[in-house]
Amino acid sequence: MLAESLALTAALFIIGVMGVLIHRNAIIIFMCVELMLTAVNLTFVAFSRLYGPAGQVFVIFVMTVSAAEAAVGLAIIIAIYRHRQTVNLKDINLLRG
Amino acid sequence: MDQHYPLFYVFHFYLFGVIALASAIAFVTRKSPVAAALWLVNTMFSLAALFVMLDAQFIGVMQVLVYAGAIMVVFLFVVMLLNLGHPSELADARGKGWKFAAGLVGLGLLSEIMVIARSKLPEQLIVPRDFNEQQLQKLNAVGAIAQPLFKDYLLAFELTSVLLLVAIAGAVVLGRGRAAGAR
Repeated sequence: MLAESLALTAALFIIGVMGVLIHRNAIIIFMCVELMLTAVNLTFVAFSRLYGPAGQVFVIFVMTVSAAEAAVGLAIIIAIYRHRQTVNLKDINLLRG
Repeated sequence: MDQHYPLFYVFHFYLFGVIALASAIAFVTRKSPVAAALWLVNTMFSLAALFVMLDAQFIGVMQVLVYAGAIMVVFLFVVMLLNLGHPSELADARGKGWKFAAGLVGLGLLSEIMVIARSKLPEQLIVPRDFNEQQLQKLNAVGAIAQPLFKDYLLAFELTSVLLLVAIAGAVVLGRGRAAGAR
């Protein structure tokens, strides 16, 4: 089932990347990033059948990092929304010269 | 890797794989964030089923608890707090050029993965076959992960707690706003 898992991982990761490129809503882009992280977790789990349980330990680390990332990222989105009343990335161009 | 899997197993593996893929496609094509979040929860659930089928029961449980249970609820909370539920003002997927570019990037990544898939795996890393099943029987589902986590990766585990602390502090500082910070 390794090959099937890796193919599914690739497909899910690419869907996540395309979602990041297509969407302009910051929250949906965040969710796409979460999808990419989960797809990578599937790779770790699939390989951990071959290489021992260290892969599953790394999945736990990835989950922790993505939880922290979601907390900070959503706080940033709320802070931006407070200033500009939008989460559309087209209108958020503070750093553009 | 040429183990023989029972048809029941293979059928359900493909079933959950197809559900995950279809929900992911439905997820990126939604314009309303609430619908997208619910499709993503569906993807996470079927991935949790796949984790259980791949002998990672504990990871499957964590997937449901952490991703589907906690992270997605936080996302929906933010959607609710910011009152973003109306699809009309969110129907802002980028234009044709961006979609084309996204397709090209996707194809590029796919070909890269195809190339990597042809390369050989490093031999010295391979553990004996059914090593994981032995570990599972010896230590049960949680112990098989807890042992390496608290022995080999103890430093990384402790650093994770620092990361979480930083994330909590950052979220509080960012969420407090300018007015409260000036006081």
